[in-house]
Amino acid sequence: MMQKFPQHAGQWLGPPGPRSEIVISSRIRLARNLAGFPFLSRASEDQRRELADKIRIHLDRKATAGKWEYFDLDQLDELDRQVLVERHLISRQLVEAKGTRGVSIAQDETTSVMVNEEDHLRIQSLRCGLQLDEIWNEVNAVDDRIEDRLDYAFHPRYGYLTACPTNVGTGIRVSVMLHLPALKLTGEIERVFRAAKDMHLAVRGLYGEGTEATGDLFQISNQVTLGRTEEDVVNEFRAMVIPRIIDYENLAREALMKEKPLALDDRIFRSYGILKNARTISSEETMLHLSHLRMGVHLGRIRDIDMRTLNELFLVTQPAHLQRLMGERLTGEQRSSARADLIRSKLNGKQEV
Amino acid sequence: MHLPCNACKKQPATVHLTDIAPDGEKRERHLCETCSQKEGVTPTGGSAVSLTQMLSAFIGGGKVTAQQIADLRCPQCKLTFIEFRNNGQLGCPHDYDAFEKALVPLVERAHQGASRHIGKAPHRHERPRIPENDLIRLRQELTRAVDNEKFEEAARIRDNIREIELQ
Repeated sequence: MMQKFPQHAGQWLGPPGPRSEIVISSRIRLARNLAGFPFLSRASEDQRRELADKIRIHLDRKATAGKWEYFDLDQLDELDRQVLVERHLISRQLVEAKGTRGVSIAQDETTSVMVNEEDHLRIQSLRCGLQLDEIWNEVNAVDDRIEDRLDYAFHPRYGYLTACPTNVGTGIRVSVMLHLPALKLTGEIERVFRAAKDMHLAVRGLYGEGTEATGDLFQISNQVTLGRTEEDVVNEFRAMVIPRIIDYENLAREALMKEKPLALDDRIFRSYGILKNARTISSEETMLHLSHLRMGVHLGRIRDIDMRTLNELFLVTQPAHLQRLMGERLTGEQRSSARADLIRSKLNGKQEV
Repeated sequence: MHLPCNACKKQPATVHLTDIAPDGEKRERHLCETCSQKEGVTPTGGSAVSLTQMLSAFIGGGKVTAQQIADLRCPQCKLTFIEFRNNGQLGCPHDYDAFEKALVPLVERAHQGASRHIGKAPHRHERPRIPENDLIRLRQELTRAVDNEKFEEAARIRDNIREIELQ
């Protein structure tokens, strides 16, 4: 599976999903721990290994439908671990954690189970665009199948028990990744941040911290996991939170097109120019310009690039993917120029200068 | 920087407090030595506030005494509540019962006042389950036996665990 990765887009940047003009991807994860074991902060290395083996055996034994592949993080080199992070299949926390840990991934990369990250298990399903119901059904089914064979730590009052009380109860985290260039440009993104805070939702920039997001990509997730049903949380996102933000962004885009079409075009086409011509470029700058292009394509200002190419570029220009594609490790400088070459060849097609 | 005291407005402030209200808003207050002692923020005599005093103020006095919190320790994994507060992670499922008095206010604060789960439950929850706490304790004993090279004892404990799991 690792060999195939750089060649294709995976799930979070896959085929355009519903509402993909604004929603890049959606994800749901469930945190679970096995009964009869300490949580990870008090688990010895032997216990971690025992946990990983136990979980892995049951994942193999058709706890999952279809073919999955398990990766022991200690057996992967640093680049491969990074590739998994870039594909949103594991968290940085799993990479940085110590001791036996791993991840089992479905063939189509929609679903994965992290083992020994912060909790014994983190079941996650991920799809492009807004597909929360499908994702919830998937993650719920995997949870049931695992629970058929393994006892979870569950409390009649507090629900599913987690290492950190902030996850207790449902253990559910719903996250949606949004592209909000117009709201960022007009500064109205601050209102979204405040409204989200009022609703006890966390908002963070995908690259960079807080409001200094690079590439106008933001992730919004729930913080409360107790006292609500899983369906409550999912429905609130699907029916209320996300549609509202989508409307805000669409209004902001329309307003920009009506009142400042020239400024808008200038921003889009300057980014186009840079990407088509730069000889060296960092991944942060790439994100920024690609996101302007993305807006340009959705608003119909750019007609000669398709979304698939853009999505592919978002992924393969990231450091680990880039190096895997080039077939070797590269220094920062080498990456900057390889990245620029790759972008030029994809955007210019055969007319490479 | 010379911030005047918020209370008397005369002396320079040397004690800086950040209050986090239930709605998440941060409010800063700046007090001089005298006013902060008057308000009971710093104990007279200038000694540092002990962790247990801070904890009991945090938990809201009343139902739990500072000493009770300081004494909280899980019999299965041996974690103390204070250790938990220092690193944010619980040690085992039983902690939720062992630390209940101190944990409920924390949980309510994190989850908008909720402290009861109303969502999904495991199917097998109704069926007889393994004695989880025994297993946690036995596993900790096994680790200790191995660490102390008491291998016969370790083997005995391991057999015990296996027996319980097979039930």
